[in-house]
Amino acid sequence: MCMVLAVGYVFILWLAAVAIAPGGGEATSVEVKGKAVGAAQVGQAFTEMRYFWGRPSAVNYNGGGSGGSNKATTNPEYLGEVEQRIDAFLKAHPYLARTDLPLEMVTASGSGLDPDISPRGAEVQIRRVAEARKMPEETVRRMVESVTEGPWLGLFGTPKVNVLKLNVALDAALENPRGTEK
Amino acid sequence: MKTEILGVVLQWVALVTLCYPLGRYIAHVYREKRTWLDFMAPVERAIYKFCGIDAEKEMNWKQFLKALLTVNLFWFFWGILLLVTQKWLPLNPDGNPSQSPDQAFNTCISFMVNCNLQHYCGESGLTYFTQLFVIMLFQFVTAACGMAAMAGVMKALAVKSTRTIGNFWVLLTKSVTRILLPLSLAVGILLVINGVPMTFEGKQTLTTLEGNEQVISQGPTAAIVPIKQLGTNGGGYFGVNSAHPLENPNAFTNILECWSILILPMAMVFAFGFYTRRRKLAAWIFAVMLFAYTAGVVFSVWQETSGSKQLARLGIACDTGSMEGKEVRIGAAASAMWGVTTTVTSNGSVNSMHDSQTPLSGMLQMLNMQINCWFGGVGVGWMNYFAFLIIAVFISGLMVGRTPEFLGKKVEAREMKIATIVVLLHPLLILAGTALASGLIAARPSLGWLNNPSYHGLSEMLYEYTSAAANNGSGFEGLGDNTPFWNISTGLVLIFGRYLPIVGQVAIAGLLAQKKFIPESAGTLKTDTGTFSLMTFAVILIVAALSFFPALALGPIADYLSF
Repeated sequence: MCMVLAVGYVFILWLAAVAIAPGGGEATSVEVKGKAVGAAQVGQAFTEMRYFWGRPSAVNYNGGGSGGSNKATTNPEYLGEVEQRIDAFLKAHPYLARTDLPLEMVTASGSGLDPDISPRGAEVQIRRVAEARKMPEETVRRMVESVTEGPWLGLFGTPKVNVLKLNVALDAALENPRGTEK
Repeated sequence: MKTEILGVVLQWVALVTLCYPLGRYIAHVYREKRTWLDFMAPVERAIYKFCGIDAEKEMNWKQFLKALLTVNLFWFFWGILLLVTQKWLPLNPDGNPSQSPDQAFNTCISFMVNCNLQHYCGESGLTYFTQLFVIMLFQFVTAACGMAAMAGVMKALAVKSTRTIGNFWVLLTKSVTRILLPLSLAVGILLVINGVPMTFEGKQTLTTLEGNEQVISQGPTAAIVPIKQLGTNGGGYFGVNSAHPLENPNAFTNILECWSILILPMAMVFAFGFYTRRRKLAAWIFAVMLFAYTAGVVFSVWQETSGSKQLARLGIACDTGSMEGKEVRIGAAASAMWGVTTTVTSNGSVNSMHDSQTPLSGMLQMLNMQINCWFGGVGVGWMNYFAFLIIAVFISGLMVGRTPEFLGKKVEAREMKIATIVVLLHPLLILAGTALASGLIAARPSLGWLNNPSYHGLSEMLYEYTSAAANNGSGFEGLGDNTPFWNISTGLVLIFGRYLPIVGQVAIAGLLAQKKFIPESAGTLKTDTGTFSLMTFAVILIVAALSFFPALALGPIADYLSF
């Protein structure tokens, strides 16, 4: 009996997904020149100097097996690891004062697939990216602002910057210097 | 930061305002009054006919329990069979392997008892077929079982004197067709619109911007998430549950999903009030539960947003709160709120890693599950509170020298014995389990299932057994728990933790129902007053919280104080 209900319920949702969901029920992808370069909601690893970086990931952004570090913040071994991440981040951003480095850039997310960083996390990287790309800082900053999403309805939750979307926008601007952002 | 807090407040308001009308609706469903979903009646009749159910037949409490246990046993074998053969079944585009027997045993029990402790990772440990026809199906059935049991208890308490407490099959069916299914559909459609996957295609493989290959798991996620939350089940589609960006893509879905955890348990309290026509008593019970819940939320949000002392000492900017194990789109405040919401109920889904939360938040989560009746699981949470009510009636009756009565029925030795066993079973299961596991790991550190040393390691084991006994299912996931020892020991705790209390509570209700109704008089102890509510609150704190205090002092409290 339950089988009938379950199949019906799944079927209705599947129809709804095909009809009205943004990706037709599949994870929505971000495309560059018609080729998918990632899923909009799933973070990916960025290590090159010309890209904005996302948060550390306990599973190295493996979208097939999510996971967090599950480290206690009182664990001395873990604190040593964070210390190393801080040093590495400051080495790549020599202009940055230690007190300005946002915590989320050196702590792993719960899923290991966090697609976002905070506006402040993007802000501190602007100069490095601008230098690596030989672009004016102002242009990069404007681009960060254009991808920044405020809280839901402007009132609830956190503001965030989707790292993949930002980097795709940067690449597009490089090919099209007049800077039609999309 | 301000908008984060606003998000938490919005959700609290949405819960408190909507649970009252929903409670009235649920009471109408069980009283067989007219509701706007009456067009489901032909479907229900077809189900009764197909399964050979006589919908008119009333059951006494023993027949009622027998039916409940039969349906559970049937689905248990169904689940094991499917899980150990899933490799060969349809809808397995990613070619995932079958589960080992001890793992399938643990998975089945854990979903059967509405716990959803998961010793596997959803992306690789299950197929789309078993996600839907073991996991999702169980999530509907177990939630409906809890609700049906509560409906039986309500009937026993509402009628002045009765031998029968309703037909289990009818209550089970109606809980699905009239309450769980419509609500799940509504939530599911909202999730689909917000980009939660609902597909039968396999993994996506793509090349990232930097030229690496990335694999992205997906599947019929949007079908499972609504019932996972609404049925206080909690078993996520993906390994990291609602922390996964595809399971919980933005601030709105986070509020919706977290709301879905608590709305039915909250509504059930009012449903009791409407059904038994004792709205004042229900309002007082609700007030006690809401107070405990809100205090917990405020405390945990404060802990998480002010962040970890140890990380702050590293001298970086910590103004977003403690972010290890949390997602940027959700934030520290909403993660803390979810942590409390999921542990006051028997839900156990997570949107951040509880292992990485600050020690005192972790302690609060454990305490919530150890008390296990601030709203609690759908149906069963209220029944846990009911056991405490019986004890409170008895104690306060003795204190003021009146015969202990509850809802016009005398509470006597037999009911008291059952209530005491039910209440004491919980600490016994948790503490004995933790003692056994810590003894083993102390004697043989090479077993190596701990991810964090010292006090926090003890917390990991304590949390696991607490979560199992409370049928919660969240975990300090650093614990390496997919071993025969953990699969089997927690599996046993799960069974005892679910069925013994349900049997006890339904039995108490059934026994009370058979007794002669004594009209209220000046000598009756009033149960719908502030004084009595305070008394119940005190009984719960003394009995439940104090039995766990020594263990908590060695785990999270020591963890908090050690730096």
